[in-house]
Amino acid sequence: MKILVALKQVPARDSVLKIDSAGRWLDESDLSFEINEPDAYALEAALQLRDQQGGEVVVLCAGPGRAVTSIREALAKGADRALHIEEDALGSYDSLSLGRLLAAAAAAEQPDLILTGLQSDDLGSGQSGVVMAELMGLPHATIIMAVEITGSGLRVKRELEGGWFQHVSMPMPAVLTIQSGINKLRYATLMGIKKAKTKEIRKLSASELGVPSEQGAELLRVYAPQRTKQTQMLTGTAAEQAGQLVEKLRFEVRAI
Amino acid sequence: MSILVITEQTGGRLHPMSLETLAAGQQLGRQLGLPVRTCVFGKSVAPLAGELAAYRLDGVVALEHDLLESYTADAATAALEWLVRESNASYVLLPHTYQVRDFAPRLATRFGRVLLSDVIGWSKDGEGIVFGRQLFQGKLNAAYRAEGGPVFVSLQAGAFRADTLEPGGAPVETLAPPMEGVSIRQQPEPPFRESARAVDLSAADLIVAVGRGIKEEGNIPLAQELADVLGAELAASRPICDNGWLPMERQVGSSGQTVSPKVYLAVGISGAIQHQVVMKGSKCVVAINKDANAPIFEIADYGIVGDLFEVLPALTDAVKKAKG
Ligand SMILES: Cc1cc2nc3c(=O)[nH]c(=O)nc-3n(C[C@H](O)[C@H](O)[C@H](O)COP(=O)(O)OP(=O)(O)OC[C@H]3O[C@@H](n4cnc5c(N)ncnc54)[C@H](O)[C@@H]3O)c2cc1C
Ligand SMILES: Nc1ncnc2c1ncn2[C@@H]1O[C@H](COP(=O)(O)O)[C@@H](O)[C@H]1O
Repeated sequence: MKILVALKQVPARDSVLKIDSAGRWLDESDLSFEINEPDAYALEAALQLRDQQGGEVVVLCAGPGRAVTSIREALAKGADRALHIEEDALGSYDSLSLGRLLAAAAAAEQPDLILTGLQSDDLGSGQSGVVMAELMGLPHATIIMAVEITGSGLRVKRELEGGWFQHVSMPMPAVLTIQSGINKLRYATLMGIKKAKTKEIRKLSASELGVPSEQGAELLRVYAPQRTKQTQMLTGTAAEQAGQLVEKLRFEVRAI
Repeated sequence: MSILVITEQTGGRLHPMSLETLAAGQQLGRQLGLPVRTCVFGKSVAPLAGELAAYRLDGVVALEHDLLESYTADAATAALEWLVRESNASYVLLPHTYQVRDFAPRLATRFGRVLLSDVIGWSKDGEGIVFGRQLFQGKLNAAYRAEGGPVFVSLQAGAFRADTLEPGGAPVETLAPPMEGVSIRQQPEPPFRESARAVDLSAADLIVAVGRGIKEEGNIPLAQELADVLGAELAASRPICDNGWLPMERQVGSSGQTVSPKVYLAVGISGAIQHQVVMKGSKCVVAINKDANAPIFEIADYGIVGDLFEVLPALTDAVKKAKG
């Protein structure tokens, strides 16, 4: 079975986010980057399926040169090879043209299964996997919490709202968007890290794939959210803050 | 030119976000001077179309077909593709529910259009509508302009208020989308719950909720102690339950429980929309976070910017003292 995992590199969680001088994106100079959280779970799901079923796991990543560190990490964890669409100006791709870019690279591989994360931490569109499925004419299911290969295809567990779930079956090839927490992530071993250095990372470019950038929806500017609620900030040492809060909860909220 | 609002129903009941989206549709209709129609889709949805017809709208479509009985992405996409073409809509608004996440990107792609997902609002300028959405789980916002049409937009939970809906009336039309030749590849099974919920957080008066700021499982007792002295229930954000540090039944959020206690203490929780949306109805929200820009502060009544490893023990002590 050939499984393709779409993996995005995003600013590390808990980064201090500074808007760039043009007000169009982030100032990336002091940022460190990591694999988008649900994508790490998608990769783990792919590795587990491959370990059961045989076959290979191919990582697909569109991003600038720095994304190679995340690709290497995925290879060190056990992915077999990678496709890197190296593109500095991905910001000029809207969610549809980005989907086209990923779909073009994926289609050439003819995978049996495509796994993506359910949403990226930075843009948070929550769309790329579904857009790829439509462009490639494949069935899909989203917010997946379990994947089972059956005789005729796949049976997956979809998360619904409010603690409900549902099983859905579908033929392969198919696209699934994976939810965080679906499995336990593995760490890369020293051996894995060593091996990763010899694994293939094929570079692709947008022009080679024949997908121009489009701005069906153009990001005009990035700005800090305005606070609408008047939050009373409690200051001082931890003990002072705690003391003030208890006063408020006793005498204003009347909850203790 | 018109606005089409696509609502969501399951088992004959409208999803509450449907009405929020309808309110948004009315608002956009007033701003742009466009007629607003809505649709509800399923197998037999006439009663729901009747409910929707009680609002000031230009039309309600009951989009009915046997193949729409249980939701599948393929059937929903095909039926709605037909309706969007038929109604010649220039704006298509949807609630950003889990179901909409599942089919709306596919629907928009079928029109060669971008879906602006999880939109929190818009403004009108000389050139048209500028849509706002969140980046980085609410830490930043971004403004987008959509070119061409139809413009597909899904709206974040709570971004518009259902109680601003204008009552009125609307003609109802029942339509059957042509579904011949549509192959429906997903075979859904009935929804289920993982286990009976032993903990009913919705009944709790006080909740201490802990997030990823707690760092490791071994630190959970710090929050448990505070909960104990307060007589509060302990709850958590999703990653804590995903890691198995607390059972799933203690998860607060769109995939977990909805709560509205007297006091909700969010400790080391950033306040992503999937968490906020179900707890912001709490009478008093207290946020304890080391990041003064964490989105949770936007809905907090009281805020403590600080290290939870110092604040939690201090708070436990202070409560003990206060209770004598
Ligand atoms: C479809 C879908 C469904 C989801 N459902 C849910 C759901 O039901 N419930 C839910 O909670 N989430 C849900 N999520 C996930 C949600 O988007 C967030 O990822 C999640 O809520 C983040 O949890 P957190 O705030 O604990 O972690 P983080 O976002 O990592 O935040 C940790 C916070 O702790 C603070 N912190 C760190 N160290 C300290 C310290 N020493 N002292 C004080 N503060 C500190 C940080 O500043 C940060 O703000 C869902 C996501 C999706 C896409
Ligand atoms: N630049 C990218 N390269 C590879 N995969 C991506 C990229 N952008 C998005 N994806 C995949 O699509 C998922 C959803 O992203 P998004 O639609 O941006 O929320 C992510 O979790 C990734 O799996």
